[in-house]
Amino acid sequence: MKEEQPTDEAWRAKYWRRNLRILAVLLAIWFAVSFGCGILFADELNRWRWPGSGFQLGFWFAQQGSIYAFVVLIFVYVRLMNRLDAEFEVQELE
Amino acid sequence: MTIRAWTFLLVGLTFALYVGLAFLAKARSTKDFYVAGGHVSPLANGMATAADWMSAASFLSMAGLISFSGYDGSVYLMGWTGGYVLLALLLAPYLRKFGKFTVPDFVGDRYESQVARVTAVVCAIFVSFTYVAGQMRGVGIVFSRFLTVPIELGVVIGMAIVFFYAVLGGMKGITYTQVAQYCVLIFAYMVPAVFLSIMIAGTPVPQLGFGGAEVGSTTPLLDRLDGLHEELGFAAYTDGSKGMLDVFCITAALMVGTAGLPHVIVRFYTVPRVRDARLSVGWALVFIAILYTTAPAVAVFARTNLLNTVAEKPYAEMPSWFGKWEETKLISFEDRNGDGLIQYVGPNAAATNELTIDRDIMVLANPEIAGLPNWVVALVAAGGLAAALSTAAGLLLVVSSAVSHDLLKRCFLPRITERGELLAARVSAAGAIGVAGYLGIHPLGFVGEVVAFAFGLAASTFFPVILLGIFSKRMNREGAIAGMVVGLLFTASYIFYFRFHDRASDTSDHWWLGVSPEGIGTLGMLLNFAVAWIVSRFTPPPSAEVRRLVEEIRVPRSCGAAGEA
Repeated sequence: MKEEQPTDEAWRAKYWRRNLRILAVLLAIWFAVSFGCGILFADELNRWRWPGSGFQLGFWFAQQGSIYAFVVLIFVYVRLMNRLDAEFEVQELE
Repeated sequence: MTIRAWTFLLVGLTFALYVGLAFLAKARSTKDFYVAGGHVSPLANGMATAADWMSAASFLSMAGLISFSGYDGSVYLMGWTGGYVLLALLLAPYLRKFGKFTVPDFVGDRYESQVARVTAVVCAIFVSFTYVAGQMRGVGIVFSRFLTVPIELGVVIGMAIVFFYAVLGGMKGITYTQVAQYCVLIFAYMVPAVFLSIMIAGTPVPQLGFGGAEVGSTTPLLDRLDGLHEELGFAAYTDGSKGMLDVFCITAALMVGTAGLPHVIVRFYTVPRVRDARLSVGWALVFIAILYTTAPAVAVFARTNLLNTVAEKPYAEMPSWFGKWEETKLISFEDRNGDGLIQYVGPNAAATNELTIDRDIMVLANPEIAGLPNWVVALVAAGGLAAALSTAAGLLLVVSSAVSHDLLKRCFLPRITERGELLAARVSAAGAIGVAGYLGIHPLGFVGEVVAFAFGLAASTFFPVILLGIFSKRMNREGAIAGMVVGLLFTASYIFYFRFHDRASDTSDHWWLGVSPEGIGTLGMLLNFAVAWIVSRFTPPPSAEVRRLVEEIRVPRSCGAAGEA
């Protein structure tokens, strides 16, 4: 194993960078749907409504939309990470 | 059948189920006791996590809280679900790779420090007891209202049930009973919600129903509620009255606190693989979201129902549930202007309010207010008990493993045998149940206030210290301890000042930057990060061994490395 040490370092760093990139994108969406749409811009968004319903958009994001988005985000994360693990051949066997 | 007979039947059946499961899942080793042997399927663990997480407060109080606070209630909805995104992306998979059994395990090993380990143990025990006291009280209250047994007896019955499966089965017993408890509680929550939605909005899906119009009208429910609120002098339902920064901080503190709560984190040690840990958080949030997206709908239906039933109506014509809850003093009416009508008005109205309603009764009284059949009312009682017991058991396990594993095995008696440790775990679980029961019977007057403590503490201590331990290889012992201590002192003293020392000044005018004690954990967390970073730059980096450990936990399976079985 000794002679492979440098390459070992290299793929680890690369794997970690790719992981961080996935996290950055998903967490940006996480922030946008909850703190963004549900709180900071809720008043502005409340001027619009879901067509055909009584939901003002900001209120809907705060009490419904953000929660749906959280669920989707985690499953997208699971998919992306499984793909990344397979690419680097670090997925768990058995 | 009467409500009481139905309640006895349903509660009896569910309790028999929990005890039966406890017999099937007896713990045979410490690994069984702490992490259910480490082979729970991601789906089952997700369900168990949902039951573990959703407490008596989620089940009984949350819809009522939202019902009375409208938009402001969103902090709980977003805060208590958004934390799972942080948990899935930032903590759970890495802690699963780390293995071991508890949160203090990670803190102690990563920072090579017994001081850090013991600090983590103290925080974990404090957070858990804070929480569990409220659960036991909830058990007692459900018993006393629905079965008319004294609160004390109710608490003792609850203790006996938890004792059975927590002491016998440890995490293994708890996991399988929690799966059953989730099924009971979600069924109990959804049945009345669907009934209400059909009655009021004409659709069986509550999540859509509360955006629609009332049956026989074209005005959306939410608009009508806003209008009624304005008329009666409350803030508009969809608008809310808290400051934006405060809403922001409370939401963040609840999210981060959720991700940092030890009884939630430890559930993800029970699945076999890192990829299962990621998936399992996803399932947990699905199961939680079913209740959390229904709650705001129930809140709107309940509010509409309540205003339609009471506002400006003659007191003499109130339905029977009104009198029943008046007896328990949770509703009180005083005819100040002597006109025989109920004036239920908000702070902005000229008239005086004559009606006070405890918001906790909304979920309990809803089926009766809506005139639903007796078995539905009884179902709510069984669901409330399931929610309280499942959370209590999870918390008690954290206390027990903190004492037997983190303090005895890892600090004071490193040579304790496997059998000795298992016995110690059982004894400390039994002891913890005793303390929890005592707190349930003799509640500290400030249980409600200390919940802010639990989240604030988890947010300002555990979350940063674990996150930095994974994401920064440079973070060292000195930085972590300094950060935890500063975060803890800052958050605790802010909450203590406003909630215990000087309650009169607990208003937004006096709060620092307008941030309430509920939200201060967010600032405590930021402070923790800042202090930890600065201190670690001026002190030596961690050992090569720790750096290797961090490398290891970042990757699910390392090529060439001989993984730990």
